[in-house]
Amino acid sequence: MTGITKRFGEVTVLREVSFDVCPGEVHVLAGENGAGKSTLIKILAGIHTEFAGTLEFNGRPARPRSPLEANALGVAVIHQELSLIGLMSVADNIFLGRTPVRAGLVCDARQREEAAHWVRQLGLDLDVRRPVEQFPIAVQQLIEIAKALSQNARVIVMDEPTSALNAPDVEKLFALIQSLKQRGCGIVYISHKMEEIERIADRITVLRDGRWIGTTPAKNLPRAKFIEWMVGRDLGEQFPRRAPNPGSERLRVENFSVFPGGSSAKAAIRNASFSVRAGEILGIGGLQGSGGSELFFGLFGAYGGRTQGSVRLDGKEIHFTSPRQAIESGVAMLTNDRKATGLVLSLPIVANATLAALRELSSAGWRRPARERAAAEQTTQSLQLRAASLDAEVGTLSGGNQQKVAIAKWLQTRPRLLLLDEPTRGIDVAAKREIYQLMDRWTAEGIAILLISSEMPELLSLSDRIAVLHRGRITAGFTRAQATPEAVLAAAMGQDHFAANAEISNP
Amino acid sequence: MSQGPQPQLPSGLKRFVASPAGRAFIALLLVLVVGVVFNADQAFFKIGTHRDTLRQASVYGILACGMTLVIISGGIDLAVGSVLALVAVCGAKMAIHWGWSGWLVIPASLVVGAAAGGVSGVVTARLRVQPFIATLAMMVLARGAAKYASGGMKVSTAVQNADGTYRYVDVPALFRAIDTRILGGNLSMVTVIFLFCVAIAWIALSKHCWGRYLYAIGGNEESSRLSGVPVLAAKTCAYVASGMFAAVAGLCQAAQEQQGDPEAGAGYELIAIAMVVIGGTSLMGGRGGIGLTLLGVLTIGYLDKILSINAVPEAGRLMLTGIIIVAAVLTQRRNRT
Repeated sequence: MTGITKRFGEVTVLREVSFDVCPGEVHVLAGENGAGKSTLIKILAGIHTEFAGTLEFNGRPARPRSPLEANALGVAVIHQELSLIGLMSVADNIFLGRTPVRAGLVCDARQREEAAHWVRQLGLDLDVRRPVEQFPIAVQQLIEIAKALSQNARVIVMDEPTSALNAPDVEKLFALIQSLKQRGCGIVYISHKMEEIERIADRITVLRDGRWIGTTPAKNLPRAKFIEWMVGRDLGEQFPRRAPNPGSERLRVENFSVFPGGSSAKAAIRNASFSVRAGEILGIGGLQGSGGSELFFGLFGAYGGRTQGSVRLDGKEIHFTSPRQAIESGVAMLTNDRKATGLVLSLPIVANATLAALRELSSAGWRRPARERAAAEQTTQSLQLRAASLDAEVGTLSGGNQQKVAIAKWLQTRPRLLLLDEPTRGIDVAAKREIYQLMDRWTAEGIAILLISSEMPELLSLSDRIAVLHRGRITAGFTRAQATPEAVLAAAMGQDHFAANAEISNP
Repeated sequence: MSQGPQPQLPSGLKRFVASPAGRAFIALLLVLVVGVVFNADQAFFKIGTHRDTLRQASVYGILACGMTLVIISGGIDLAVGSVLALVAVCGAKMAIHWGWSGWLVIPASLVVGAAAGGVSGVVTARLRVQPFIATLAMMVLARGAAKYASGGMKVSTAVQNADGTYRYVDVPALFRAIDTRILGGNLSMVTVIFLFCVAIAWIALSKHCWGRYLYAIGGNEESSRLSGVPVLAAKTCAYVASGMFAAVAGLCQAAQEQQGDPEAGAGYELIAIAMVVIGGTSLMGGRGGIGLTLLGVLTIGYLDKILSINAVPEAGRLMLTGIIIVAAVLTQRRNRT
């Protein structure tokens, strides 16, 4: 791709960008949200067809005018949100749009055989007749890759493929990427996670504000320089965290169990006991699906009170049966999926930012728009939200700014206890750092924070203490000084380890 | 785009044309232009034509007010036509046969409508039955109740005596008051009632927390629940309100017909939905407004009137209306980038 320029109306989102992929390499495409990465990928994938510049495939100029044409040219894109159809079988998904037919009828047996062949190639052993939705997200991702391979893809674009994977699955994906390289596939890899990029990148291209900043072999790009390329300035320390000054005990949880499906069903959290003080960050470690989000939902009353055990907030025994009660008691929960469970994308910023505190901002149910606007203005400014106007629909904002709107909504309720579930998922480096700074500021103001993070450096650097979950059970407790990546990972895989002074236990 | 360039805001006129309100307004203007061009006997320039157009659109419009609330919350209410009939029958019974005063008939009718809407609301919100199914069931149920209450016959001013003979009673004062004209005969009372309903729905949607909750629930129910929005109550109230608007429409219908017809209102729910959608309120929920519905009501009302003053037969009128609904919704489609 040479000299690619793309405009949306008056706005130039890509300016003279060049990008290339060789067979057998992993080429990381990096840049902050809004840098133009996805636009570039969409041009490559035949989704955007109006642009200036040239595309060459194997030395021949070509211009894909639809995703189908891009597939024919050997480009396959695995989007962040997978594009599989949950109710259809694995085989049907792999051959979607290319179903083998004989005399106008679907040739099911042949489709099954070939699908099974491609799935086996990835070292998977599964029944291709089962619907895709029955498989975990990691397997679904592999099915997408099988689909790409079956299309004879020479270039596979992966857009943040690990955002929904846990550590062992990430390892499997990386092993698969190695084998794809050996087959001669070129991989375009988009990620915000430093550790991943450092591990698998052969070359790195950085975009910033739609401009090409540089392309270089990964080994020539130390981390500090890499970040500087992305943000255009030196960020300084990545994790600002002052020495904590914990106050009185804010939350004490004893023998807490959570039953998302009712008390007869399986517990998602069993007999958890821990505490967090005012001004303290308690990190919750664990693999995907180990129960952290369910713990938050249970504490927040989002399962309608289907919990057991004792929870004390500032010494007062509580049992929330609805999020409303939790909010009124000063608890706020930032969910891990802002689009599905955090925001109302069709509403403007001001409506989202005031949603949780709307009743308090109104008089006897009658809204006070001026008061709402003033409140939203104040919180969004303190978060340095960048938006043309508070009336902009939240769906039009970038990931980082959306996250800030979700945070603004919770700050509006003046919480004493913040439950943060993956607060930096899918946002760029600069926005991440701003959120880290905010967390530090909130603890200085005396707010207690429970933090779930699947990014090990984030968890280790921000948490004052860490509890690790394994299949709904707390398997370890560490103080910040004791926690190492190895120890946390071992505990996440099920090995018990309770440091004496971490005040975390699971009898 | 945290640091990327922000799209420039287009000029005022452009923005208006691109907005749902602008497009609904243009659709209405187009219809009116057609009316001016195809103007049989200069009928379009007579005030009576406009009065009748508004009168005929008013009952549908009242239903559309409730429908707007429900659709914004992400639901749909198919029962409004049947609830209209049920209330028309009950209202006629109370006002004509039992001779109740209007001060009693109106609240009693509202209670009937609210009860029907409440059942729909509880079944959808609490029992989590899809609104389409729940209100479809209520549509059949309310129609049955209307026939039961009326004994399968129209409740008219011909009242059967105990010995099987008929006596005729006067049209009740309530019905006469509703079916009257004001401003020197230039504005029908039902139109005033319709505009009053629009005002109530507007106040609810834009001045009260409940309205904001409806938009939030229609946009994302789970996000709303986790933000402390009382989802069950807000949704249930939307159906209750829709039932009450249907009750108002039922009384208007009964007053205009001077009887309670258990077959009344069949298919009205679809016209009300069409009016809401032509205005630009999204059937997916979360977007739209009562102002848009007002434009939609006027568009369909005038369209029907213009076709009829130009002597387009009903068959052609229905087919044209169908085509125009699709065309209007196509222009409303949001630009995707």
